[in-house]
Amino acid sequence: MSGQGRSGMRVGRGLLIGVTVLFFAVFLFAPLVVVFSSALQKGVGYYLAALADPETAAAVRLTLLTTCIAVPVNILFGLCAGWAIARYDFPGKSLLKTVIALPFSVSPVISGLLFVLVYGSGGLIGPWLEAHHIQVIFAVPGIILTTLFVTLPLAAHELIAVLEAQGKEEEEAAWTLGATGRQIFWKITLPKIKWGVFYGVILSTARAMGEFGAVSVVSGHIRGLTNTLPLHIEILYNQYDSVAAFAAATLLALAALATLAAKAVLERRTGLRKDHAAPGAAAAGGEEWTWA
Amino acid sequence: MASGLNRRALLPGFGLAFGVTIFYVSVMILLPFAALALKAASLSLHEFYETVSSPRVVAALRLSFLTALVAAGINVAFGVPAAWVLSRYSFPGKRLLDAMVDLPFALPTAVAGIALTAMFGPNGWLGAILERLGVKIAFTPAGIVVALVFIGVPFVVRTLQPVIESLDRRVEEAAETLGASPAQVFFRVILPPLVPALLSGFSLAFARGIGEYGSVVFISGNMPMRTEIAPLVIMGKLQQFDYAGATAVAVVLLIVSFIVLSAVRLAEWRAGFWRTGAR
Repeated sequence: MSGQGRSGMRVGRGLLIGVTVLFFAVFLFAPLVVVFSSALQKGVGYYLAALADPETAAAVRLTLLTTCIAVPVNILFGLCAGWAIARYDFPGKSLLKTVIALPFSVSPVISGLLFVLVYGSGGLIGPWLEAHHIQVIFAVPGIILTTLFVTLPLAAHELIAVLEAQGKEEEEAAWTLGATGRQIFWKITLPKIKWGVFYGVILSTARAMGEFGAVSVVSGHIRGLTNTLPLHIEILYNQYDSVAAFAAATLLALAALATLAAKAVLERRTGLRKDHAAPGAAAAGGEEWTWA
Repeated sequence: MASGLNRRALLPGFGLAFGVTIFYVSVMILLPFAALALKAASLSLHEFYETVSSPRVVAALRLSFLTALVAAGINVAFGVPAAWVLSRYSFPGKRLLDAMVDLPFALPTAVAGIALTAMFGPNGWLGAILERLGVKIAFTPAGIVVALVFIGVPFVVRTLQPVIESLDRRVEEAAETLGASPAQVFFRVILPPLVPALLSGFSLAFARGIGEYGSVVFISGNMPMRTEIAPLVIMGKLQQFDYAGATAVAVVLLIVSFIVLSAVRLAEWRAGFWRTGAR
């Protein structure tokens, strides 16, 4: 009876692993393989030529520029929000946390719409901007603003969580012993939360480089000027130059793989394991942050 | 702790940190939402109803809700075994599988969109096989479901994993020694504590699915009334500079996803309460 149960368990185990491997193979591994195989369909020479296209290069530059602005700004904001929320008590704290998580629950297209309604012609401050000849929507500033919006909760959520998990006793001890605010931040707080900062950088970089829907609304799709890499991929794909589209897509796929690798290494090194599926609405179980 | 001590030891930097936070949140989040609220308020109830009840918008909303629902269901069906396997078993390649769960977060949606289209399209390797069997995926609602299943994987798996890891195996062993069959152990011992996490994973995947754009627009074919999703209707209205119409549809989508996500929060709060109560 018990032997039968054990062999039943072994069959069940094999079955479950098989189902999981099959599901992952079709939905996760295959799309990734398709990106690279489609890009190399016409050979390496064609692939490299597609990447050397000046419009693709311009799209890469704009994506890098956007990411290099959005990620540090949101990390700085996350540090401020984390410091205020995790180190002090004030009324409305949980409301503030909810508001910070808001962009996460907004459809990308609606995120873009929000910024059109503020900065577009006919928007809240659009007419004023127009009078001063400042173009935000259908220009690079709009792309950067919407990218800031969609990546905002990622970094902030990580930093608030890690600062809350750390507690403030050491900082308070240093403060009473006469350390300056700057000394406390550089010598106590930052070393303690550096992996959290790194984690926030990884998550927001991936999102900033890949944002599509929101940026698509505000970009205006001017080739060589306001096309980020994902938007450029769409244009190439829609004009039936799918090899070039996949060639450009390999750059983003490689960035995604680097993100996953960095995340896996970080989680193993720090024993830090958490779900970032839902800032604000964290996993229904377990601790959010576990430090081994 | 003595509050007197806390007051003496109040850390520096609150003014700066709080000020920056409030300023940034106001400019980046509150201002855009205020603009949306103002635009929505400028619509008369009649205009709002006209827009939202037009056949094309109704068809798109229905399609978005239905496909997101089906995809979240598929995510749960495969997410439970996946989360179980990743938390309980050890086998070669497990770490790779575990790392890959986050691919849909890391891979830009446009890249996922063109890859899935190439794969499931009539000339794709899987699409060609399925077509021979008489199944069409790309450019049908089934294609939308495929894209949303891809997007939803991490929501269900990552929500379930910590809960499965926190289960006490001794309870399962006790049930087995007392003569319970594997099915009984699963349905009466393992499944009940997973239900709250399952519901949140499902709802998170659903909420993400109704707003998803990038991965869907390539594979869906975007035929009005048939495979046009709600975010695409908003996009179309924006391209015609119909900001009022876009706002009306956006408000409907936002309200639904806020309701779903608030329900998740409530369920999580109750689940946490239940767990501490049971301890």
